[in-house]
Amino acid sequence: MSMDRREFLKIAGFSTIGIGVGWILSRPGEFLEASQFLQTKELLKAKQWAMVVDMRRFKTEEDYRKVIDACHKIHNVPDFGNPKDEIKWIWADTFEHAFPGQENEFMPESMKHKPFILLCNHCENPPCVRVCPTKATFKRKDGITMQDLHRCIGCRYCMAACPFGARSFNYRDPRPAIKEPNPEYPTRMIGVVEKCTFCEERLAKGQIPACVEASNGALTFGDIADPNSEVRRLLNTNYTIRRKAELGTRPVVYYILDIPTSVVSGGESNA
Amino acid sequence: MYDGGKILVGIVIFVLFAAFPFYNNIGKVSAKPEPKLDTPVIQQLSEKKCVEPKDFMRAEHMQLLNNWRDFAIREGKRVYINSEGKEFKISLQNTCMNCHSNKKEFCDKCHNYAAVKPYCWTCHIEPKEKQL
Repeated sequence: MSMDRREFLKIAGFSTIGIGVGWILSRPGEFLEASQFLQTKELLKAKQWAMVVDMRRFKTEEDYRKVIDACHKIHNVPDFGNPKDEIKWIWADTFEHAFPGQENEFMPESMKHKPFILLCNHCENPPCVRVCPTKATFKRKDGITMQDLHRCIGCRYCMAACPFGARSFNYRDPRPAIKEPNPEYPTRMIGVVEKCTFCEERLAKGQIPACVEASNGALTFGDIADPNSEVRRLLNTNYTIRRKAELGTRPVVYYILDIPTSVVSGGESNA
Repeated sequence: MYDGGKILVGIVIFVLFAAFPFYNNIGKVSAKPEPKLDTPVIQQLSEKKCVEPKDFMRAEHMQLLNNWRDFAIREGKRVYINSEGKEFKISLQNTCMNCHSNKKEFCDKCHNYAAVKPYCWTCHIEPKEKQL
């Protein structure tokens, strides 16, 4: 049997297609479709999650400790016991450090030295997302600035970009520094950047963030796009400030200041 | 052929050297891994079934896990519907390892045999092995 070149190429071409199709057909299970994945029914939904921190409610050291511990315990945040290796998702710092540029010389002493509860601001325009080369940090549809630790390569661009210091780098293996690991949540590994995720794993179960739950009403969590939400009610009825709003990252963590009652009542009596 | 003897000796030495892994292992049969499915949770299941059929899981569990993590973290979709329409929570630590709590007998046996080292466990906490 003789075959010319034209004939040979035809057969070769069809055979190649046949092999490809046959290979796909023989492995039907391999191609998982997106329709096989759903959101949990309990998932709390929002357009833009936000938080209001009522600093009037933070009085004793205990008030701070239980909020911070609630977060750090369930998320297996390590405690190395030194500031150099520190990992923090939610922490406290002075007015001067939290709101640089807004402090003034003659502000109430109580405010000057009061520790403010700080966490990732889940900015509407997050600079960390813009600089992340692997898209490990990204903006979710509900406004949470998410960190995908499977993709983080530890380049720390996001740390350089974040004006709030909300991100921590794991310089050391965190495992030995976790006292009571929570077996339901992963730890992190050496060489990745981590931060607060507004407890997205709890939102999926229909629960509010752990810090909010532990705060006894000092922290309020809700949808800032919904005019009837509790956060909007607080923003409507109180004067609030945000951290470094002038940078244009549009942070969504708001602070109600603790104005000493003596000052307020004094003002009223003079009026 | 110049120096034919030397060349032949050289070739023989080279072949012996290059083929060392083959003849060194002749007759040494390393046991085929047999992962154990025997855990308290699995024993209590009325129907001993994974999220997908056994053959699929055997061949494709890595793709499945890869898909799971992408959908859970990046799309926020944490429910998986399997080929039979059943729903499962997407979680390596809380769903997979809840049944397969014998990581050493189940995961490690094959992974060690195949010299595959997944780095899942640098972050995800493996279950505490219960002595049976």
